[in-house]
Amino acid sequence: MSKVNLKAVRPYGDTLDDGIVQLSFTLPIPFGEEAKEAAKRWALQSGFQEPNISHAQDMGEGFSFFVVYARSRVTVDFTVIEVPQLTQVRLEKRQIELRIREKVGRKLVVVGACIESDAHTVGIDAIMNMKGYNGHKGLESYHEVEAYNLGAQVPCEDLLAKAVSVSADAILISQVVTQKDIHLRNLTRMVEILELEGLRERFLLICGGPRLSYELAKELGYDAGFGTGTYAEDVAGFVLEAVLRQRI
Amino acid sequence: MLTCPYQERKLNLNPALIDEARTLAKEIVAEVKPFIIAHSTVSVERAVLRLLGIDGVNFEGIPLPNLVVEHLQEEGLLAEGSARTLTRAFIHYGKSPQSLAEGIEQGTVRLAELPDFPEEVIENTARALALPAVAKIRAQRQARRAMLAQGEGIEPYLYVIVATGDIYEDVIQARAAARQGADIIAVIRSTGQSLLDYVPYGPTTEGFGGTYATQANFRIMRAALDEVGKELGRYIRLTNYASGLCMSEIAAMGALERLDVMLNDSMYGIIFRDINMQRTFVDQYFSRMINGFAGIIINTGEDNYLTTADAMEAAHTVLASNFINAEFAFLSGVPEEQQGLGHAMEINPDVPDAFLYEMAQAQLVREVFPRSPIKYMPPTKHMTGNIFRGHIQDALFNVASVLTGQSIHLLGMLTEAIHTPLIQDRALSLEAARLTFGVLRHMGEEITFKAEGRIQKRAEETLEKAVEMLRDIEKIGLFMALERGMFADISRSLEGGRGLDGVFAKGADYLNPFIRLLGAETEGRETFEPSGMGGERDV
Repeated sequence: MSKVNLKAVRPYGDTLDDGIVQLSFTLPIPFGEEAKEAAKRWALQSGFQEPNISHAQDMGEGFSFFVVYARSRVTVDFTVIEVPQLTQVRLEKRQIELRIREKVGRKLVVVGACIESDAHTVGIDAIMNMKGYNGHKGLESYHEVEAYNLGAQVPCEDLLAKAVSVSADAILISQVVTQKDIHLRNLTRMVEILELEGLRERFLLICGGPRLSYELAKELGYDAGFGTGTYAEDVAGFVLEAVLRQRI
Repeated sequence: MLTCPYQERKLNLNPALIDEARTLAKEIVAEVKPFIIAHSTVSVERAVLRLLGIDGVNFEGIPLPNLVVEHLQEEGLLAEGSARTLTRAFIHYGKSPQSLAEGIEQGTVRLAELPDFPEEVIENTARALALPAVAKIRAQRQARRAMLAQGEGIEPYLYVIVATGDIYEDVIQARAAARQGADIIAVIRSTGQSLLDYVPYGPTTEGFGGTYATQANFRIMRAALDEVGKELGRYIRLTNYASGLCMSEIAAMGALERLDVMLNDSMYGIIFRDINMQRTFVDQYFSRMINGFAGIIINTGEDNYLTTADAMEAAHTVLASNFINAEFAFLSGVPEEQQGLGHAMEINPDVPDAFLYEMAQAQLVREVFPRSPIKYMPPTKHMTGNIFRGHIQDALFNVASVLTGQSIHLLGMLTEAIHTPLIQDRALSLEAARLTFGVLRHMGEEITFKAEGRIQKRAEETLEKAVEMLRDIEKIGLFMALERGMFADISRSLEGGRGLDGVFAKGADYLNPFIRLLGAETEGRETFEPSGMGGERDV
């Protein structure tokens, strides 16, 4: 196998630089040979080469579905990519508890909720509830963390009021189910309210959900964002380190 | 050939334990019953007004049933029941309930100054005013039966959701889904609707994560599904949500517009939407009465317990809740054949033998409720965004479903945890389920489970724990059980949550003509007629 040119990377199937991608999509046109040709042309005009319509299917009501394999000539320069990332070391629950006791000397207070339109608590529950997720206990199980999970569809105002009343160190916001990017609007609303009240600096503001990343969270004005595969330790560790940093 | 009730006994369950569970659940519900009977809510009264024919909104978009109930509250007349005052107004003014409501809105009708009439006159008039809605609901029920006789799918029924936010876009997706093989279409509601203390009005084109449940939207979707169903020679059932703060009103609207299935749990709103428990218990009672009379299958939401609690550890809470939900249904006159009790496949697939345990659970619910059109929910908690893995998880779910004789099969989507289903997601899932069901159609009849094997043991253990839990609940009462977070690890207080201010004690002369007309003890109330759910399951 020849060596990868990191300055010009393209998709890989079974031969370096073959550029193979798989696509699947629906076109709002009736099924038939013309539809297949339309799918092919759409792929070509999108910049793909040698599109192969491996599967085409009638969706009914004048829609057609396609599975397409194609090649791409487009390359990216991997050497110039920098993604801001959380650099903290992942600590175990036991270590976090110990560090809070020794370095902070009081309990950390965390308030969390699914805000506004979102009714899906699976994310916030995984981080906060006693049982946690996948064997990683949630924040409620931490002796050194006072955790308040407000649940689903909590208005930003209520979440903020709770954070103020319990003097929270951090506010956790989960956004799981989204449509037409409403999760971004919800998240932005929280930042706006905090800023309006002049309380943005008072709390660590953290969001989480399958569509979120650290980078996107920073862009939205949050202190951190966590995607899938995050456990309570990650969040607790971040809050702990941030609280310690503020003390210096 | 499978028939209803489900005949197989593969788990060697102890029938005495099942009987005990039923008895305990009955006692648990009996303890809540006096409270339910003695109370009504603003939402129940709005449902009564809707059934009396009041509909529409004022210039601010506030529904007339809400305005009338508010007016009755202001005049201190609500404890008598909205029907009593409306009936007196009808006798006095000689105007229909709808024109009375419009008059109240415009300030030309005042309810405070009405003369009184002999009790017999009021009761007979109220009954006469109630009859048109009863007749319409009965006619819808008969229409459903006639259309089902023309053809329908076979169990497990393929149930998919549409959730575009725009009813007209939903129609396209739903019609396409029917063509792709779906038997039941559920229009997911806009997130947040469960917490609205009114029902939005008219056709709607903007919602988030779903589409508002409105009577106009029900009508639009019903017509679209009837049309495509006729073409396909297969009745397509329609599902919505009689849940949240407006349970009874949505049940009333659904009954009038011939919905076929309603999410309608006795405790879901309390646990997952933080709706006050007193409010919910009263609301669910009347809403289920409507659903029962309308021939609508109710679905319960126990599957959700396992999205917050662990599926291995909390499996028995699902079963215990199924027993309680069933008893609440009986209390409202919903027969077993309309009790679509919910359960789910949510064990972490990384647990060794997870599939065996899932089979045990699914078979257990099937055998314990042999006459109920039980609803089996797909994996959601452990779906990752890896659509290829997800499609396999859903395939395993399909296998478990067809092998254990499930009735209503909510299809898993390979894009679960990513977005509400796209048109092709639904098509791929339907194709996979039809493939699985086809190749394994009679497999369930060919297999038995090893005596004292893993599956039997797991089922036995779950049943035992469910009975234990019911014993505990029976001791402390359901209100306390909810306070202690015995379901889904979520704790709720008697006075907490939304909607408590809408609950009131019925006055001595409270009147609601529909309780007699729709209730379980109604004379001449039709018993459940086989609609496919009750007849043969297979051809």
